[in-house]
Amino acid sequence: MNQENRLKDPYYKSLTRKILLIIIAVSFVPLILVSGIILNRFNVSYHKKQNEHLRELVLKHKQNIDSFLHEKLNSMRFMAKSFAFEELNNENFLRNSLASLQTEYGSVFEDLGVVNDKGIQISYAGPFKLENANYSDTQWFKNAIKSDYSISDIFLGLRGTPHFVITARQYRDGIPWILRATISFSTFNSLVENLKIGKTGFAFILNNKGEYQSKPGVDVVSDKVYSIFNLITNGENTKDGVYFSEMYNDSEKKYLFVATLIKNGNWVLICQQDKSDAFSELTNARQITLFIILLDGIFIIITAFLLSRWIVAKIAKTDDEKEIMNQQIIETGKLASLGELAAGIAHEINNPVAIMVEEAGWIHDFMEEEPLNNQENKNELERALAQIKTQGKRCRDITKKLLSFARKTEAVIEDVDINEVINDVISFCTQRAKFSNVVINSSLQENLPILRLSHTEIQQVFLNLMNNALDSLEKRGGNITLKSMLEANEVVISVADDGPGIPKANLARIFDPFFTTKPVGKGTGLGLSICYGIVKKMGGIIDVRSVVDAGTTFYVRLPSKRKD
Amino acid sequence: MVNTKAEDTEIVGAKSNNKHNRIRLLLVDDEKDFVNVIAKRLSKRNFEVTKAFSGPEALRAIRKTDFDIAIIDLKMEEMDGIEVLKILSKMVPELPVIVLTGHGSEAASEEAMQYGAIEYLAKPCDFEELFNRIKEICVKTGGVTNV
Repeated sequence: MNQENRLKDPYYKSLTRKILLIIIAVSFVPLILVSGIILNRFNVSYHKKQNEHLRELVLKHKQNIDSFLHEKLNSMRFMAKSFAFEELNNENFLRNSLASLQTEYGSVFEDLGVVNDKGIQISYAGPFKLENANYSDTQWFKNAIKSDYSISDIFLGLRGTPHFVITARQYRDGIPWILRATISFSTFNSLVENLKIGKTGFAFILNNKGEYQSKPGVDVVSDKVYSIFNLITNGENTKDGVYFSEMYNDSEKKYLFVATLIKNGNWVLICQQDKSDAFSELTNARQITLFIILLDGIFIIITAFLLSRWIVAKIAKTDDEKEIMNQQIIETGKLASLGELAAGIAHEINNPVAIMVEEAGWIHDFMEEEPLNNQENKNELERALAQIKTQGKRCRDITKKLLSFARKTEAVIEDVDINEVINDVISFCTQRAKFSNVVINSSLQENLPILRLSHTEIQQVFLNLMNNALDSLEKRGGNITLKSMLEANEVVISVADDGPGIPKANLARIFDPFFTTKPVGKGTGLGLSICYGIVKKMGGIIDVRSVVDAGTTFYVRLPSKRKD
Repeated sequence: MVNTKAEDTEIVGAKSNNKHNRIRLLLVDDEKDFVNVIAKRLSKRNFEVTKAFSGPEALRAIRKTDFDIAIIDLKMEEMDGIEVLKILSKMVPELPVIVLTGHGSEAASEEAMQYGAIEYLAKPCDFEELFNRIKEICVKTGGVTNV
C-alpha cells in the first residue's frame, strides 16, 4: 500500500515512464529494423524469383506455340512443293493427303484445299462443302497470295466457327495457286489453355489489332484489350523478349501481365495473373511478420510495463531504506554527542563527589578518635555523615547510569548473574506490562554459572526481546514467560509470548537490519539485528520459533565458559 | 594530631633501604583536595603517604623513595596516568599500582591493566574498600603485615 503510494510520487512516476520508454525503444528499434530488412530482402528476391519463373513459363509456351505453327506450316510447304498442282487438284489425292496428315497430327488439320489466284477453292477435302468457295475478299487470301506462306489470324469464315488457316503459295505457269489447311481452333487453343499459373493465372493470345486469337480465361481484364497490347509492348522488356507490365482493372484490382511476341511478331502471348495471387506467398510472409511483430510488441510493452514498475519499486525501496538509514545515522550521531556530553559530566562530577565523601569519612575518623561528649550530638553527626556517604553513593549510581547510557562503559566485561539481569529487565518492563494487560512469568534455574560478558549489552538484548513481546501483545494482552536453564555448557534463556506469532515469510528476515513490520516511525528494524550482533559477539546463538496465532519464543544460548 | 603524621610522610627524604614498619604509599592525582583528604585518612591508619599532584612529580618522588604501593589517577593534565604507568613499569616493575580514577571506562581499565596496574577502582570509591585492597596487595606482594 505504502509502496503503491510511493510509486504515485511524480519523481517515481517520471522515472517509471522513462524506463518504460527506454525499454520499448531499445526493444522495438532492432525488432523493426531487422524484420524490415529481412522482409525487404525477401520481397526483392521473391519478386526476382517469381518473374524468372513467369519468364521461363512464357518462353516455354512461346516455343511450343511457335513450333506447333512451324510444324504445320512446314507440312503445308512440303506438300505444296512436293506435289504437282494437278495431283493436288485431284480431290481423292487431297483426301488421302488429309487422311495421312490426320494420322500424323491427329485432328489438328480440319481440311485441305487448293485455291487459285482468283480466290476460288478449286479443290477441297474436309467435312464441309466448300468446293468452289470464293475467298477472294478474305483477309487471309489477300495475305496468302502475296507471300510464299502465311498463317492467318483467327476468324469465323464461311463455316461460322473460329479457326485459322495455313497457306503455302506455288506457281503453275507463272500463275500462283495456294495450298490451304484449316487448323482446328480447339487443338491450338489447348496449347494456350494449358498454361495455368497459380489460382488466377491464365494465358491468351492477341493479334496486333488487339483481337483474341485464343479463348480467354474467365476473368477478362477489360474490353480494352488493344490498350493492353500497347501497354505490354511498351512495358519492361527483358533481353529475350519477355515483357512485364502491371495494370489496374475497373474494380481497382491489380493484374500482372507477362507477354512475349509469337508468330514473327504478329501475335502476342499474354499471361495474366492477379497480382495478389502471384505474390500471395509474399503477402503471407508479410502477414506472418506483422503478426510476429505485433505479438512481440505486445510482449515487449507488457514486459516493459512490469519491468519498469518492478525496477522503480526496487529503487523506491532502496531510497526508503537509505532514508531510514540516514535518519538512523543522524539519530545515532545525536545520541553519541549526547552520550559524550553525559559521560563528560559524569566524569567531572565523580571527583567532587569523591572528595565530599572522603571529607565526611575524614570527619568520621576524627569522631572515632575523639568521641563527642554529647551523645545526642554524636548521634546526629554520625547520621549526617552516614547520609553524606549514602548520597555520595547515590551520585555514583547516577553517574554510572549516565555512563552506561553513553555506551562508553557499556561493554565492560564483568561477572554477570544472568538471573539478576532477567529480574532487572522484568522490573523495567512491569509498568508497561501492567498497562498492556500482560502478565510476566519467570522460571529461573538457580545456581547458574556466572558468565563473563557485558552487563549492559546482555541487558539490552533482553530488553529488546521483552519490548518486542510487549509490542506483539499490546492490543489484546497476554503472557510473557522468561526461563533460564543450563543445557550442557550453555546457559539458555527463553523469552516466550502467546501473541500473534510471526508469519513464515517474515521469519527468515527478522534478524535483517531494517526489516520491520511495525508502522513507519515506530520501529527502526534494528532491535533484533542488534540483539543478533551482541549475542554473536558473546559467542552465543539467538534463534526463534514461532507459530502463527500461538506465539513466539526467542532462545538466547550463551556459552557458560567463555573461550579466551 | 593526625594531621601532623601526614606532614611527616611528605618530608620523608633520601632513598633508603632502611627497615620500615609503615607501608610507604605514593598517591598521585591532580585533584589536590582529593589527594589531601585521602592522604590524611591513610596516614591516620599508619601509612607513610607521599603526595604527588602530577605525573612528573610522581616520577621524582619514586626516584627518591622505595614505595610499597602507588595509587594513580588516569586523567591528569601534565602527564597522563597511562604514561606514568608505562614509565613505572620500566623503572620499578615490582611496584604494585592501583588505578583510582573518575574517568572509568572499560577501555581505560584494560589499558591500565595492560601497563601493569594491579587494580582498577572508580571514584567515588568506598574508602574501606580502597583500604582493604591496599592491605591485601601489600600482604601479597611485599609480605608487609604491619598495617
